[in-house]
Amino acid sequence: MTLPLQPPPKKDPQKRTRVPVRPPAQRSRTGTYLCAFAAEGRFALQVCEACGATQYPPREACAVCLSMALTWRDVPAAGMVLADTIVRTSTVVYFRERTPWRIGTVQLSCGPSVMCHLHGDCEVGQPVRVINRLDKSGHGVLMALPQTDTAHMEDDELLRELTCDPKFRRVLITNGRSAAGQALAQALSDAGAAIVFVGEAESWRPYPGQDALRQIPNVEVLPMDVTDTDSLTELAGEIGGKVDILINTARFVRPGGAMDREDIIFARDEMEVNYLGLMRLAQSFGPAMRARGADGVNSATAWVNILSVYAFSNLPEFGSFAASNAAALSLSQCLRAEMRPGGVRVMNVFTGPTEDDWHQPLPPPKVVPSALARGVVAALRDGLEDVYLGDVAKDLIERWRASPKVLERELTEVEDM
Amino acid sequence: MSLDNVTSAAGQASLSGLMMAMATGDVEVVDLTHTLDPDFPVIILPPEFGQCARFRMEEISAYDGRGPAWKWHNISCCEHTGTHFDAPIHWVSGRDLPNNAVDTIPVERLIAPVCVIDCSAGAAANDDYELSVDDILAWELKHERIPSGCWVLMRTDWSKRRGAEYLNMRDDGAHSPGPNPAAVRLLVERDILGFGTETVGTDAGQGFHFAPPNPAHFYFHGAGKYGLQCLSNVDQLPPTGAVLIAPPLKIKQGTGSPLRVMAMIPGRCATPAAAS
Repeated sequence: MTLPLQPPPKKDPQKRTRVPVRPPAQRSRTGTYLCAFAAEGRFALQVCEACGATQYPPREACAVCLSMALTWRDVPAAGMVLADTIVRTSTVVYFRERTPWRIGTVQLSCGPSVMCHLHGDCEVGQPVRVINRLDKSGHGVLMALPQTDTAHMEDDELLRELTCDPKFRRVLITNGRSAAGQALAQALSDAGAAIVFVGEAESWRPYPGQDALRQIPNVEVLPMDVTDTDSLTELAGEIGGKVDILINTARFVRPGGAMDREDIIFARDEMEVNYLGLMRLAQSFGPAMRARGADGVNSATAWVNILSVYAFSNLPEFGSFAASNAAALSLSQCLRAEMRPGGVRVMNVFTGPTEDDWHQPLPPPKVVPSALARGVVAALRDGLEDVYLGDVAKDLIERWRASPKVLERELTEVEDM
Repeated sequence: MSLDNVTSAAGQASLSGLMMAMATGDVEVVDLTHTLDPDFPVIILPPEFGQCARFRMEEISAYDGRGPAWKWHNISCCEHTGTHFDAPIHWVSGRDLPNNAVDTIPVERLIAPVCVIDCSAGAAANDDYELSVDDILAWELKHERIPSGCWVLMRTDWSKRRGAEYLNMRDDGAHSPGPNPAAVRLLVERDILGFGTETVGTDAGQGFHFAPPNPAHFYFHGAGKYGLQCLSNVDQLPPTGAVLIAPPLKIKQGTGSPLRVMAMIPGRCATPAAAS
């Protein structure tokens, strides 16, 4: 039975903050494929094309027939616990600090038996489901969970190391001026966040929902503008040590591409907000978050970027906006590497067109603010890194993986001049 | 023959007298400029249009590894950010006039007398207060006919507003005081140098709904007149008799620029003039 997590006490100001350490990070190239699937929360293993045997651990040749034709596939995650043990100490500092740590052997229904982490509610001889999630070194690791949900199971200490659960944590949403930012504030408050800081730029001009935003429980609206370095320096000085989850909802979007605009004015705003805004946030809030990755129940745990899926492949109708998101995507990969020593997850949530004024003439399906909010909370609870929200994003990333060039040509079919 | 005959002795006496007066406090200098800072509101246009860039500063170095012995910033803004000057080329009606850009305006025009029309009571009662022909005629009755070549400032005390009350943006746009079309035409008739306000525009917040839309911009710039916006401390100026100094940056074919606006006024703590 999992003990419910308790709200953390106030931090003792005389104590040194625990410095983040990481589980072992060495993996072969083949082993790194587990990370790629864990980033999306997928349970996948290699399957032999010749004899059909599912493989574990990741390898170069089939364990049964020695064929080199191994393909990664999503496989059934059901299994049964064969044996368990408790690790009491370790030479690896990360585990040494977190013992007792439960591991076990699980017989997977798809073939191999695996050694994996065990949720506290798993019993020997009982059926389980195995998940593949990112650990604090950003590599995919396997963990067995009870087959059906148990009470407070998300509060299991081992599982919490693999997730970015908002419960009892303090969240900063960088822009509350949009419907998406406001929906996220509500969703994070509902998910048990202790405080939801919401950034508000240019309070000298009003916006819809600004009064309702202030009524949401645990929301604190603070002045913040990702285009103003000084404003971020000031806010980070005040609350930077209290940000456990940062969700960047700042966005500048206008229609238009390279040639059909008559100037670079909106492009400058797109880069200023979507790319340089991200960089300013990284410089002002990143260091403190990275230092607090192991800081107890409400440790810093996740940085969430809301990006357009057209960062992968340009959509000319919003060509300049797409390019700015491509810049942000690349920078977020850099940020992910820079945050990893702190064990802080950098999560990108990709959507197709959102339901708002600038996408009004586009046909559905479009992502509504409440769907975005639900998707972000679910992804935080699963500790994911790459999230594709909505039908357009899911479809696009599949096509991009099949052939980026074919997708480029498909997306860029424009009407003749 | 001495070269001293070439320069005006009377002119030199005036300049020396002015410097002496500033030193003794017989002439005071009033700063009519808001500090240029990232939080100061700018005019907002419909979102499909290009917007006025806000004022931003990016530190290059601050006595550190990026530059050990010095501190400096890159700054960015629009020509019309903060306390700023409008040149005739800013508006479509002034686009073809000679010397209509900030770099071609004759520099001597940038030091000029100033008349201040006090509309602060009206503006306190009505966010959309209109400077009218009656206001101007009443002022002239009390003081003097507005002379040609002078600045006219509309005092509203709007510069004392903070936050959202300054732009005063509602669902149907901004609500702030300004001149109506007839008042603008009268001031053009008076051949003023330019018109200045404490709000973000020389036109009223709802000025788009006048006929013609935005009459201050349309008529003033169409007649080669200048504009000043986001002024502060206008309440420290006498109704007449002060001198306004308002030189914009010399930007190539610029339509305006943020600037330092100052007024020289008779000293306020000087001994009263002897009874005649």
